[in-house]
Amino acid sequence: MNKPYSPGYAGTVTKYVFVESPDLTPADLAIRAYEISKGVMIKETCFGLQITGKETDVDPVIESLRKLDPVHIFIKDRGFPPGDPRRCRANLGGARPGYYSHEFEMSVIRNISSGLEHLPERDVSRVPSPPAPSSGTKLDAGTLKKIIESQEP
Amino acid sequence: MAKVFIYPSTSLILSDLVARFGHRPLSAALQIRERIQTPGLESPPLQITPEEPKKGLKYAAVEVPSGVRGRMSLYGPMIEDAEAAVIVNDADFAFGCMGCARTNELIKFLIRKRKIPVLELNYPKNEDEGQEFVAAIHEFLKSLGSGE
Repeated sequence: MNKPYSPGYAGTVTKYVFVESPDLTPADLAIRAYEISKGVMIKETCFGLQITGKETDVDPVIESLRKLDPVHIFIKDRGFPPGDPRRCRANLGGARPGYYSHEFEMSVIRNISSGLEHLPERDVSRVPSPPAPSSGTKLDAGTLKKIIESQEP
Repeated sequence: MAKVFIYPSTSLILSDLVARFGHRPLSAALQIRERIQTPGLESPPLQITPEEPKKGLKYAAVEVPSGVRGRMSLYGPMIEDAEAAVIVNDADFAFGCMGCARTNELIKFLIRKRKIPVLELNYPKNEDEGQEFVAAIHEFLKSLGSGE
């Protein structure tokens, strides 16, 4: 029988603030966030911060933090509040699942920073040519069958 | 401000760029947050209850694995709600079991079926590609209007 569930931090939002900057560390960011936070919960992590609170309180804090280093600070939503026993590795006894996308994206994030840095000076008439999925046709079943048949003795 | 579905829906880069350029990213976190903040019966870790695969029946048939239907109960409403979508195709970390793999295919299919504006890209492998990647997303989001 399932137990009744009453959520903690109902009505709040949690945002991840990632920093990948040569000039700013998560600790600097945390100090600045503590200075301007008005009742929001801030947790410093190895990659940046997690900020939890009412949306109206969190949004001004993250907008203000973003201004510190706009091209090197990245922000996204998080579903769980910090330290939630269902996700926090302190309770799970090992590395927590779900960081694969962050791990991968942080490896390419300096390319995005470069893009953001050069965006204002970019010629507006120049059409972007981003890395796109290949549009080459795939091997169809009929051709594959012909190849197989041609190999038979 | 347009609602923009992002794929991979956990993507930090897409979530940030869409919000930065003045639109609302529709990411998995919003759906997870809604579930874990709704009182009910305990169903750890994601508060996905047996009701979710039933809701997923709207998007996938009953013989489809319940994992696909459960996932679609998260992503399906966001796809219906989306006014545009940005898809990054070479997200290898999104690969997983058959539930994940089939859900990923179904998500892309449903987005195309909706006939909303879609931008398809690959992750940038160097700084030059990064500049084109950001410029393309900026142009695309600007074309949606009332953003930045």
